[in-house]
Amino acid sequence: MRAVITVIGKDMVGILAKVSTVCAEHGINVLEVTQSILQDMFAMIMMVDIEKSNVPFTAFADELTALGESMGLSIHTMHEDIFNSMHTI
Amino acid sequence: MLNAHDILETITMIQEENLDVRTITMGISLLDCCDSDIDKACAKIYNKITDRAKNLVAVGEQIEKEYGIPIINKRISVTPVAMVLAACENKEPLKIAHTLEKAAVACGVNFIGGYSALVQKGFAAGDRELIESIPEALAQTEHVCSSVNIGSTKSGINMDAVELMGRVVKRAAELTADRDCIGPAKLVVFCNAPEDNPFMAGAFHGPGEPDCVINVGVSGPGVVRAALAKAGDCDLTAVADLIKRTAFKITRMGQLVAKEASARLGVPFGIVDLSLAPTPAVGDSVAYILEEMGLECCGAHGTTAALALLNDAVKTGGVRASSPVGGLSGAFIPVTEDAGMIAAARCGCLRIEKLEAMTAVCSVGLDMINIPGDTTPEVISAIIADEAAIGLINSKSTAVRVIPAIGKQVGEELSFGGLLGGGPVMPLNTASPARFIHRGGRIPAPLQSLKN
Repeated sequence: MRAVITVIGKDMVGILAKVSTVCAEHGINVLEVTQSILQDMFAMIMMVDIEKSNVPFTAFADELTALGESMGLSIHTMHEDIFNSMHTI
Repeated sequence: MLNAHDILETITMIQEENLDVRTITMGISLLDCCDSDIDKACAKIYNKITDRAKNLVAVGEQIEKEYGIPIINKRISVTPVAMVLAACENKEPLKIAHTLEKAAVACGVNFIGGYSALVQKGFAAGDRELIESIPEALAQTEHVCSSVNIGSTKSGINMDAVELMGRVVKRAAELTADRDCIGPAKLVVFCNAPEDNPFMAGAFHGPGEPDCVINVGVSGPGVVRAALAKAGDCDLTAVADLIKRTAFKITRMGQLVAKEASARLGVPFGIVDLSLAPTPAVGDSVAYILEEMGLECCGAHGTTAALALLNDAVKTGGVRASSPVGGLSGAFIPVTEDAGMIAAARCGCLRIEKLEAMTAVCSVGLDMINIPGDTTPEVISAIIADEAAIGLINSKSTAVRVIPAIGKQVGEELSFGGLLGGGPVMPLNTASPARFIHRGGRIPAPLQSLKN
């Protein structure tokens, strides 16, 4: 099972590091990362494999949301099926 | 493969444009709860509902979390209660209303629908008792919703029931006058009622439905409006195409949620209802879509045409995204639940006559309209008859949910809160239709019912 993490907000040092640390702590493998910086707005999309995660998915999502709030970023963690069903036939 | 644009589009739809799944509604048949002893019937009803729906809210919240899609309401619809009441020796329908309320609270759902009767061709045992108890039932409960089907293209319109419903609507308002007349906001009078509709207040679990089923209603007027705003000044062919494509995406999301909910609850997946359901939140309005198409204000000449385009494009896009489609499927125009409609009604641009014309091309009918408190039951019956006639002749669902604002006049406001919203009292034509309504009898089924 794969999930998509999106991070949107003001660019700062250590965003990628902090998000991937949370993933690593829970045995979640990062498969793909794309990021872009438009002016000083940071947008990162991360595809992760949650098959071997050591916490329930919802707890993982909550942890990232809280991390986002503490850094002033908006972080969403969603199952990849939502994107597949909406954008592919 | 997913690309960044698609992912960000979905996130924007949910975060900024109010995309959500409006409701997961579990339909539960009560036909096996019939008993000649009403107390035994009530016990069976309570046990069946709380058993089937015990995980509904938890599963809904779990899906909401995992997929990141807000699911606004979890609801239950049941077999029209008049059918269960028919078997009881003591016809005390209020006992069943209280049982439904208790079961809804125990399951934690937002609404329970099905305090209903189907009387399009006449009254069977239990029907009249149930209908007459509706005002009390709505006043004494919070979560119970009621509907009555008084006509169908196949059967014609039962004008005795229409006459009765005028009085029932008025009485429901009078009994809840201290709570902004909320009673009739939970009561829908239908012609051609669909049996698998997941939306309240008109949801009930039709007699042809399986024992238990999951139906999902999507939403998303904000998304459609945002897509149109980005498209700029394209022609109407392009507008229809854009709405179609947006409706497709919204419906795919609804279908995913429906399939997941059905698998996790171990209950068959019924239908996705492709309705654009507005909320009072600014930006989640059907009226704003019509205005984005180029009308100065909803209610202006051109509104019916714009709504027809919208309604059909939503269906065309949605039907390709999900095979089991049903319910009401189209665009809703509930005045007090739609920020744009409230504004249009306040400024006088949107009037009930225009709304009636709009119901000929939208998915339901005269919905959530506040009318003066001194409106006579006959005028309410006549509104119902007019609306039912539109459904009858055009073979479509139509409905009336008007709220007589007891003690208030045109221009004053009612406020219900939550998804039901609030809005101004709208003026009506008060010339008397009393003689017509008191004739009773039936308006026969039209020629177009003879399709065999």
